[in-house]
Amino acid sequence: MQELERVGQGSVRVTRKSDKLVIVEKDLATEQMVLAMGPQHPSTHGVLKLECLTDGEVITEAIPCLGYLHRCFEKCCENVDYPAVVPYTDRLDYLSAMNSEFAYAIAVEKLLDIEIPRRVEFIRVIVAELNRIASHLVAIGTYGIDLGAFTPFLFCFRDREIILGLLEWASGARMLYNYIWIGGLAYDVPADFLKRLREFITYFRPKAVELQSLLTENEIFLKRTRGIGIMPADVAINYGWSGPMLRGSGVKWDLRRNDPYSIYPELDFKVVVPDGKLSVVGDCLSRHLVRALEMEESLRIIEQCIDKMPTSEGFNPRSAIPKRIRPKAGEVYSRAENPRGELGFYIESDGKSTKPVRCKARSSCFVNLSAMKDLSKGQLIPDLVAIIGSIDIVLGEVDR
Amino acid sequence: MEEGKIVSQSLRESTAAYMIIQERFGSAVAPLDPNETMPFFEVTDSSRWVEIALFMRDNPKLKFNYMACLSGVDYPAEEKVGIVCNFQSLAMLNHTLAVKVKCDRNGGCIPSVSRVWHTANWHEREAYDLFGIIFTGHPELKRILCPDDWEGYPLRKDYKVQASYHGIKVPY
Repeated sequence: MQELERVGQGSVRVTRKSDKLVIVEKDLATEQMVLAMGPQHPSTHGVLKLECLTDGEVITEAIPCLGYLHRCFEKCCENVDYPAVVPYTDRLDYLSAMNSEFAYAIAVEKLLDIEIPRRVEFIRVIVAELNRIASHLVAIGTYGIDLGAFTPFLFCFRDREIILGLLEWASGARMLYNYIWIGGLAYDVPADFLKRLREFITYFRPKAVELQSLLTENEIFLKRTRGIGIMPADVAINYGWSGPMLRGSGVKWDLRRNDPYSIYPELDFKVVVPDGKLSVVGDCLSRHLVRALEMEESLRIIEQCIDKMPTSEGFNPRSAIPKRIRPKAGEVYSRAENPRGELGFYIESDGKSTKPVRCKARSSCFVNLSAMKDLSKGQLIPDLVAIIGSIDIVLGEVDR
Repeated sequence: MEEGKIVSQSLRESTAAYMIIQERFGSAVAPLDPNETMPFFEVTDSSRWVEIALFMRDNPKLKFNYMACLSGVDYPAEEKVGIVCNFQSLAMLNHTLAVKVKCDRNGGCIPSVSRVWHTANWHEREAYDLFGIIFTGHPELKRILCPDDWEGYPLRKDYKVQASYHGIKVPY
């Protein structure tokens, strides 16, 4: 029986034969195992594959493999005219298409150096902020599902549906809008849109609080996220993080405030950073909290826009759209604050062609995800799910 | 810069930042292109690129701690490929500046700055994948968006798509 005393040390394999433990294998070498998570895995939020090198339950290295959704966005851009790129930008981050269109439109307008009617700017900000709320709702809902909380998901999608309805009313499409054009908009918002918008804000405000309490008062959710995947601020900056990810690490940085575009300088809103009371600054919970609290700020922005917006009298949303979009030779790097961080467009024009010579999309998820290797080192496998969920990736934008 | 032209605050800051770099590196950097949309300078001696990068990151008057973007670009007229990097001093001095580094189209290489800014790691892999720019000193220079066994560099202007991939007809 001396042999059996070693059972439980992990170096033997035993089997039970008629109530007796029998050693089948001795002196097993423990070695690292490669575990492929994805590309078809519910918690990778799309077609991301993580090659995890595991030592038991501990991850020694997780290497993201991308490209399953690569659709040659940048090559497509070089082959179509400037306005025709807009529908492609929708398909980058399909959960916040308005924001992507907005960022692209600003970039080309900087190259063209044109003035945009004031009402257009207000409508743009309204739809972009609505889309930001819709996007955060998906992020929060699916994050809950990742960590075993199913109810918030249903709440999120119920409310998101109303936003999609509003955006559909304005643009004619539910997800991929092609609404913000270079120099203007496809259409003015419908009559009564602002009234319905106000109704939505009144409806959604208490719902957001309720949603917040569903998760942050859930002990399981807190245990799964608090103190997990901590990213210090300086490393986050070095990794190029932006948006809620960077703010989650305690850096007060929001492009709407720090590199203002459109009418954001006129609007009053708070840049949300975690206070470190409920969460540890830089952990998964902080990033979740930033998203949850940001929705309220977006509501405030929309309210101010409704109040300040010029009337539709004599307004033509297409009045400033140039007949022929051919920017002078030059380059621009322009960025906007998307729900997932900084979406930048580097556009090069040769001054002769109506097509961009080079159009690069600096995707926020792509950059945020690049820290995965460092972030996952030494974590448990279930925590990896919590970390990926907190990055809030959209593979359409990662792979482009 | 033309006399009497009104320049924006951000361009003035970028110019000031450039002057500090120019003072230190002299002829290794080309003059600044002071345009309003994206002021940039080119590194003419690409072998000193890492040195310049470290200086840009660590000099107390520059503090470019944030690499916003790194885009590969093809310059077929000059027979060159290159990268355009956009920098910002995030939450510190807040100025921005763009840098261009070019190398020969065939067999040229650019030193990797992925040890200076971690974010450059994936950006450089992407530039390698789509433009075939070799980054020397990169920890794992392999394709990132295209499959590992893809042929050619898709974003080069003279790119011809391969006829078939694993028995699948590619052009359609």
